[in-house]
Amino acid sequence: MFKLPLGEGELSPSRPYSQLERNLSVSDLEQFRLETREWLEANCPAAMRTPERGDDDQYWGGRNPEISHPDQKVWADRMGEKGWTTPEWPAEYGGGGLDQDEAKVLRQEMSRIGARTPLHSFGISMLGPALLLYGNEAQKQEHIPKIVRGEIRWCQGYSEPGAGSDLASLQTRAEDQGDHYLVNGSKVWTSYADKADWIFCLTRTDNTGTKHEGISFLLFDMASEGVTTKPILLISGYSPFCETFFDDVKVPKENLMGEEGKGWTIAKYLLTHERAMISGFGHSSGKKSLSQNAVELIGLDANGKLDEPVLRQSLAQLELDAMVFGHTMSRVTDEAKAAQGLGEAASIFKYYGTELNKRRFELMLSVYGEQGLAWEGDAYDNGKLPRAWLRTKANSIEGGTSEIQLNIIAKRVLGLPS
Amino acid sequence: MALVLNEEQLMLKDAAAGFLQEKASVAALRALRDSRDEAGYSKELWQEMADMGWAGIAIPEAYGGLDYGYIGLGIVLEQMGRNLSVSPLQSSVLVAATAIALGGSEAQKQAMLPAIASGETIVTLALQEGPHHAPHRTAATATAAGDGYLITGRKVMVADAHVADTLIVVARVAGEAGDSEGLGLFLVDREAAGVTTERVIMVDSRNSGTVTLDSVQVSADQVLGSLDTGSAVLQQVLDVANIGLSAELLGLCLESFERTMEYLKDRKQFGAAIGTFQGLQHRAAEMYAELELAKSIVVRSLQAIDAEDEKLSLLASACKAKVSQVAARVSNEAIQMHGGIGMTDEFDIGFFIKRARVAQQTFGDQSYHLDRYASLSAF
Repeated sequence: MFKLPLGEGELSPSRPYSQLERNLSVSDLEQFRLETREWLEANCPAAMRTPERGDDDQYWGGRNPEISHPDQKVWADRMGEKGWTTPEWPAEYGGGGLDQDEAKVLRQEMSRIGARTPLHSFGISMLGPALLLYGNEAQKQEHIPKIVRGEIRWCQGYSEPGAGSDLASLQTRAEDQGDHYLVNGSKVWTSYADKADWIFCLTRTDNTGTKHEGISFLLFDMASEGVTTKPILLISGYSPFCETFFDDVKVPKENLMGEEGKGWTIAKYLLTHERAMISGFGHSSGKKSLSQNAVELIGLDANGKLDEPVLRQSLAQLELDAMVFGHTMSRVTDEAKAAQGLGEAASIFKYYGTELNKRRFELMLSVYGEQGLAWEGDAYDNGKLPRAWLRTKANSIEGGTSEIQLNIIAKRVLGLPS
Repeated sequence: MALVLNEEQLMLKDAAAGFLQEKASVAALRALRDSRDEAGYSKELWQEMADMGWAGIAIPEAYGGLDYGYIGLGIVLEQMGRNLSVSPLQSSVLVAATAIALGGSEAQKQAMLPAIASGETIVTLALQEGPHHAPHRTAATATAAGDGYLITGRKVMVADAHVADTLIVVARVAGEAGDSEGLGLFLVDREAAGVTTERVIMVDSRNSGTVTLDSVQVSADQVLGSLDTGSAVLQQVLDVANIGLSAELLGLCLESFERTMEYLKDRKQFGAAIGTFQGLQHRAAEMYAELELAKSIVVRSLQAIDAEDEKLSLLASACKAKVSQVAARVSNEAIQMHGGIGMTDEFDIGFFIKRARVAQQTFGDQSYHLDRYASLSAF
């Protein structure tokens, strides 16, 4: 009924690495859709059109990729070759070079056939965007194509035993030794450090200024002499996180990203991408809703209502909030596209999305009952649900706790005084 | 549809904000209250609003309206919420005009919509009978008598009852109290024989009223549309009304939240602005998040009315439930964070919590709509 201020094909002026000059007409976009559909039909193996059954079915690439099915690598390689593991990254570094609308079409077409995400990667979700913005030309040429093709698996060296929420107090030292830095110290909660090929790492090159000054952003090979990792057993029984130790690790000077001592700016920028990734954890894909599972397991009363009225209320509240949160993510994207507002609302995503995900898993325990807590045995999926439930407890800790997110909203968005 | 306003809508928002801040602010509400105004709203101001087209904002051009859609009406309602502006916009335009537009015959639309749009007539819905919103419990009856009907019953919480020219009375034509079907809508002259109205001033200083109908005679052409469609039309009207009320509540929430944030920056205790305390900062940040969610469901639902979205009922209940919850939280925190001064009548913040509670209750509060949301989601 109402005409929108901007056409559907309008592009956002705020994206740093999109092809702004191209503004495709609808028919070009439809042509692109047909070609994409055809290519996906021909290139997405049948096994990669089945839902992932768990973390084992995620393909992370790297020098020694772990696979649960041989087609994982075939699919990732084909998508990587086309740059479609990173659809919107510039083609000159191996990315897909698609604009926002084309990327959306690609997502829609992949979802249409139930195609799996070809490549899970911290290089894509975290390092890449920062590298494109802050890296020098040689670094981009060296690292971006390998991220796109999944040849190198990255890990993130941020938290330390003494630097959690207060990340900027980090103490891992990088001493200037002329042509290289000598790195000493340790990191903790390094996701998949034991499986990673390279690390992007916050180090201290200067101790004289404030804690935010003197931080430098280094990239180095985990195979370097002096690097050791030790997985940490978590309450879920899994060990996705590691302790990582650096003992006189030599890092060439050219592996410094950005300026020496100015790494905090990059660190913060990268954190916004990490938080965006984490806030997406709570998104349930097209599977059956929790309330419908509850109906099957618990049944309805004579009025057609779930036969557990108190649980019904909690489920209604969760699904209501999840729906409205979804509309909020859409609205903020639409506002950015229409250049309305300051995009401040995005600050709630990490906080709200992770709290929602925790609520969802708590309610899953209520819905599945005591049987849902079985820890071992094939009949109980070897404790998949309780392990996943326990994993969600980290959502509101990793990448900045909920309390840190609330501090950020209070100070930066609401302008409350310090 | 993108969840943003277009340029025309943004201009409407600015114009409404400017006009209402100047002429229909909280100070104007206070003056109406303190003078114990007979009408309970300013007739001159309502005429000015009508002259600007607001009374016909969602009414099609063919019936004397502006045809800006419900998103347009929602924009004005949000600004009215911010300023706590008093007018018959809710009773006569959001609710009654919607009922006539959705359910009325061509002749009824021709006769009534232009008169509502120009501000010359006020129409209101007489629905509720007990303490809560519960349309299926309607016990008032319309029984066939000659060519027409005789209506008997007692209606409470009828907005603007004593100043309305026409009442849209919901009465049972089939079944019994408890059935959600079998309801008819009737256009009844407020001055007809057997109709008595009694004004009730609400906690938010606005007009409500009790309407007693004692064997009120109505003719067949006073049936709004047809008796077969009464229950269905009523459902749609209530969906639209709840979304409109949510838009008003959203404006009210945003204004009281912003006033509260200013207070946190200004008020000093222990030698510091109280806004430096993390105990308050985190509560403020959580409210900010909830308000962002409220904004999204309001714009999504307003667009859904105009797009005739098949999920309108689900969205309407989601919207009213969510926004009412946010309104309860934000208005309570507004008083708490203002401390003692928030308890005084002299300070304006108390007006917001009063209006919030009435708007939350009207046509179903958060409990009613969360329950309905679950039922509509098949659990």
